[in-house]
Amino acid sequence: MRLLTHNMLSSNIKGVANGFPLRIEVEKVVEKEVEINHDFLRNIFPKIDWKALSDASRIMGYHELPEEPPEPSVLEADIEFLRKFHHALLELHLEEGALLCPESGRKFPVNKGIPNMLLLEDEV
Amino acid sequence: MWYLCVFYHRLLDYRKPEFESLAELFGAFGDKRSFDPHPRDRALRWRLPKDHHPDSPFHFVHLPSEEIARNIANRSLLVKGIYELWGEGNDYEELEEAVKSYPDERKLPYLSPESTFKITVDSFGKVLSLQEQNEQIQGFSYIPFKGRVNLKNPDHNFWLMETDAHETNNGLPPVVQRRIFFGREVGVADRKLIPMYQLKTRNYLGPTAMDAEIAFLMANQAQAAPGKLVYDPFVGTGSILVSAAHFGAMTMGADIDIRVVRDGHGPDCNVWSNFKQYGLPMPICLLRADNNLPPWRPGLKEVFDAIICDPPYGVRAGGRKTGGRKLLKGIVGPYTIPDDKRADHIPSTAAYTLFECVHDLLDLAARMLLVATSEQMLSSRYSRVLLTMVKTSSYTEEVALAARIKHLEFKENHLKWLENGNLHSSVFSPADAESGDSKESKESKPKYRGKYV
Repeated sequence: MRLLTHNMLSSNIKGVANGFPLRIEVEKVVEKEVEINHDFLRNIFPKIDWKALSDASRIMGYHELPEEPPEPSVLEADIEFLRKFHHALLELHLEEGALLCPESGRKFPVNKGIPNMLLLEDEV
Repeated sequence: MWYLCVFYHRLLDYRKPEFESLAELFGAFGDKRSFDPHPRDRALRWRLPKDHHPDSPFHFVHLPSEEIARNIANRSLLVKGIYELWGEGNDYEELEEAVKSYPDERKLPYLSPESTFKITVDSFGKVLSLQEQNEQIQGFSYIPFKGRVNLKNPDHNFWLMETDAHETNNGLPPVVQRRIFFGREVGVADRKLIPMYQLKTRNYLGPTAMDAEIAFLMANQAQAAPGKLVYDPFVGTGSILVSAAHFGAMTMGADIDIRVVRDGHGPDCNVWSNFKQYGLPMPICLLRADNNLPPWRPGLKEVFDAIICDPPYGVRAGGRKTGGRKLLKGIVGPYTIPDDKRADHIPSTAAYTLFECVHDLLDLAARMLLVATSEQMLSSRYSRVLLTMVKTSSYTEEVALAARIKHLEFKENHLKWLENGNLHSSVFSPADAESGDSKESKESKPKYRGKYV
């Protein structure tokens, strides 16, 4: 599971007011190279919750992202920054671990890189 | 400029929508990023050759540049070739007249002594022997070809195409009349694509894996391209995402069945290995999720460039959604899973009817996306339709509410029929039951069919 995915997911359990962002419990992180596409990064940037991404990347062991979101103009000019953004968003994988609902603590397991977001009958 | 477009004679309904979609992708309608509130105005101009029926493979189309024509032809599944027409006629005398009067400034650049060329003869509706073909080629002595012939890899490829009225279709009048065309090839299809990706040799398959050709057509309708993000909420074995990835898009998929996405048939036979088989970049993510209760954070919207999927219709494979059947019907009261069993509990799922599935899909699309219909004959009795929808305005609370109300109305009228499994039985029941449902029975007016539908 990459951090782009993590940035989109929340715990939608009945009764939970705010299930985003999910806390990450790391068991196994793997780095996998992905070809960089600057257009994609610029297009997706406005949809990203920066704090969630920045915090999550630290938990995964990557400390290069600034805590404050950059100005959009940085994306146009700063290739080095794009590299870091790309690395955090797409090249860090949680292979094994779990995502935890911030309110209820309920665990959504991540196995073989795939998060299981299915809710149980009483969470619906 | 007008070009002659020759289609493969199959999947007739899909030809023009695919062509127009690719035309838009390659810039035929101007700036790709401009937000057009009336996508229907973005349409190409088409003309038919004299005496040809709309189902004919031959069409004239107006395109802004040769580069766009070539890009469309190279990526399309159904375009056999696009040609700059130098002449046409009902017989060879007329053809010669036409070619001679075609402007020199359009011809001479391609006849220069430094270039190589070849002439290919093709026929539709009749068979030309090799000898006849050679005779026709020799007949072009009136064109001042100065370059050398190269049959393997010429700079310029000229085509002589003869059409004739010998083809019969179900006893209906022929689709073409006799006409001869001569033109310069501008672009041709890459038909190596289908043999390479065909399901026969696919590593990991499921019962409803999408046919390679249709998957590519879907990817073309969705304009999958590098830099774009494409999502399949019913990803299964990933057959649709594979085609989107081939065209350079980033892909994401979800499925309610975890065995299909996470495990497959083993470590070398799963969704990931399908991508590996073709050297394609892996999907950004696969997740187990219920499209009926998606795990997206509130406020997340307009993230996907396209959603491409083959939803479960309940005919060959039924959909599932969270919440046991008995629970949802009130047969069993709400229950809690005991703590010690929670970790490995597999949640019961209930039947996910088609209309609910479509509603959720449309809601997903309305919310998450930054419309052509084509019909695929699946068997002699039923077919399925490829719907392409284009989002024209932003997702708001009002839109969501209006949709929900319409959905509930529809549900009341059709719920009983669909829930009783009637969709499945009306498709598979013996052929006497044509009465009743206009939903399934096709029009009685005969239609032309492509040879290999």
